[in-house]
Amino acid sequence: MEVEGQKAMSNVLCLLTDPEGNPLGSALYLPQNTGPVQLLEVVNKLLSNEEKLPYSFYISDQELLVQLGTYLEKNKVSVEKVLQIVYQPQAIFRIRPVNRCSATIAGHTEAVLSVAFSPDGQQLASGSGDTTVRLWDLSTQTPLYTCTGHNNWVLAIAWSPDGKHLVSGSKTGEIMTWDPQTGKPSGNPFKGHKKWITGVSWEPVHLRSPCRRFVSSSKDGDARIWDVSLRKCVICLSGHTLAVTCVKWGGDGMIYTGSQDCTIKVWETTQGKLVRELKGHGHWVNSLALSTEYVLRTGAFDHARKCYSTPEEMKMAALERYNKMKGNAPERLVSGSDDFTMFLWEPAISKHPKARLTGHQQLVNHVYFSPDGHWIASASFDKSVKLWNGTTGVFVAAFRGHVGPVYQISWSADSRLLLSGSKDSTLKVWDIRTRKLKQDLPGHADEVFAVDWSPDGEKVASGGKDRVLKLWMN
Amino acid sequence: MPQGDYIDLHRKRHGYRHDHFERKRKKEAREVHKRSAFAQKALGIKGKIFAKKRYAEKALMKKTLAVHEESSTRRKVDDNVEEGAIPAYLLDRETTTRAKALSNTIKQKRKEKAGKWEVPLPKVRPVAEDEMFRVIRSGKRKTKQWKRMVTKVTFVGQGFTRKPPKYERFIRPSGLRFNKAHVTHPELKCTFNLEIIGIKKNPNGPMYTSLGVVTKGTIIEVNVSELGLVTPAGKVVWGKYAQVTNNPENDGCINAVLLV
Repeated sequence: MEVEGQKAMSNVLCLLTDPEGNPLGSALYLPQNTGPVQLLEVVNKLLSNEEKLPYSFYISDQELLVQLGTYLEKNKVSVEKVLQIVYQPQAIFRIRPVNRCSATIAGHTEAVLSVAFSPDGQQLASGSGDTTVRLWDLSTQTPLYTCTGHNNWVLAIAWSPDGKHLVSGSKTGEIMTWDPQTGKPSGNPFKGHKKWITGVSWEPVHLRSPCRRFVSSSKDGDARIWDVSLRKCVICLSGHTLAVTCVKWGGDGMIYTGSQDCTIKVWETTQGKLVRELKGHGHWVNSLALSTEYVLRTGAFDHARKCYSTPEEMKMAALERYNKMKGNAPERLVSGSDDFTMFLWEPAISKHPKARLTGHQQLVNHVYFSPDGHWIASASFDKSVKLWNGTTGVFVAAFRGHVGPVYQISWSADSRLLLSGSKDSTLKVWDIRTRKLKQDLPGHADEVFAVDWSPDGEKVASGGKDRVLKLWMN
Repeated sequence: MPQGDYIDLHRKRHGYRHDHFERKRKKEAREVHKRSAFAQKALGIKGKIFAKKRYAEKALMKKTLAVHEESSTRRKVDDNVEEGAIPAYLLDRETTTRAKALSNTIKQKRKEKAGKWEVPLPKVRPVAEDEMFRVIRSGKRKTKQWKRMVTKVTFVGQGFTRKPPKYERFIRPSGLRFNKAHVTHPELKCTFNLEIIGIKKNPNGPMYTSLGVVTKGTIIEVNVSELGLVTPAGKVVWGKYAQVTNNPENDGCINAVLLV
């Protein structure tokens, strides 16, 4: 009798909601000794998941790590009110942080400007200032192919989401496609851009399989859609008055371009019509990121390393992954700018920003959504990396530790770790849960220009001014 | 009408003299010899002035020749691959001077260096005590002579307060106190205005070191945190030694080289 009375007194009225704010069932009474473990069971039961999935719990943007009663006591929350608990699904796999340099491969005779793992994580390519693209053998950690053909610095490289093509853009404005199996160019260079290439993005595999089209942005103010099998420029997207700095091909078939004329333009891809213009930034737009970007990049490949025999199968798998990732919310876009701020947009819904993310003290060079879309990370020249809530754009944490401008960031596939490369010659791995530095990776002798975490999570590649490519492992 | 204009008028009416161009050509041809004769003959200040003028003329001539040469040869723009490749996101940004010393060569050199105290200025002129200090007479009749004033540049730490006059044996004049130095990085060949942290060693003696006297050859410790130097282990370096290369008391500033 006495025990029961105590229990009734110490119950807390809780409301479980998903990250978008939709409630899961009605509010329910939970005993005060409920911890994350018990909440996990409740959520799995309520969602009627067949196998238990991991979730993490947040109360007013702070992760719940202790029992509810302890939390209430510590934060002086009234017991009278309904306590809103947000559950966020976590990746069911876990990626171990990299902590050692497994190989330093020399080969490039100039600075390494871009590094990219293939979508299945089995191949690695890098573009360099010595005008070559190199493909690396990941199992033996040696150079595999040297692709010569460009006549100036190779600034951008991108793998097609099915892993069949590799595209590289150079400083003269030429684009070349390579066959990653042989390391040979798959045709003559694409000519059309009058100035250097700033970015390349492929059409998502769930829209068309096998991959054929990609879009490139250039300093001359145009973006062009190219077709790999027709081997020509299909559509020229012109409208920006200054250099286009970044281009992304969205999952619902739109192209987003950010430019130095302070605008972001949204294009439709069948005829190349301008759909929307997103205005708001006061200075150059440096970088764009989509909430679904990681899924679009990896296409049908996930951590399970499944192989697909036909393009249709791949398309179906990719579509399934894309829909699962997107949920029923529209695609979100975040843009980082020279005006030290970022904007969060929902281009499919409105042309007005959803949130303005302020806090950086220098220009924002790179923004990146976490693979599950819950977080936004931003790299800035003010030597910090900042973490923001991916749905609302609320500031979460700042990662300080670099002593130079942070150039590039990369997420691990399970969204639990973040990697940053900086001018101060180090790479750093940050833990999202504890919001602390997890690992410091010194080793480069000079600025780190490009970093990439392989989609299977086993390796990290980085390249920089010291001309070597470094592979990091755990 | 001015005198010269009559000549012009005459030329307008009647044309040039029949041998005008011939004479002009010959005069010009003789000019070189004349000039050389003068150059050989001119002595003293005259010769110096002439040589300087001639040098300037020749330099200008060479410059114009080079400009003409360049404009006549046609080249394709952007054809050659430049050194020092940078990624696309840095291409439009103005390049600031590299305030960072992180190349392999520097680290290699540092390792190879055997003696730690191998400094750019190994020997300095010894400074005698009566040059370093000025005797100050004190007392009501100015008969006591135990006070000294340092006549060189000094560095006093932050938050320094002078002792009461009765106990202050060495006066370090506030006009000669410095807390910043112009430090040159020898490999980068660039100079930074850095804060002094302390005096490591004055070659003239330990007493001067403890007094914080900065003379030529003194090793000072400077705050290099804004250069963003990183140790091989990835830690930030903030204090580094530098050697003073000028006579600060004469120049009014401290110039130093960083010891790497």
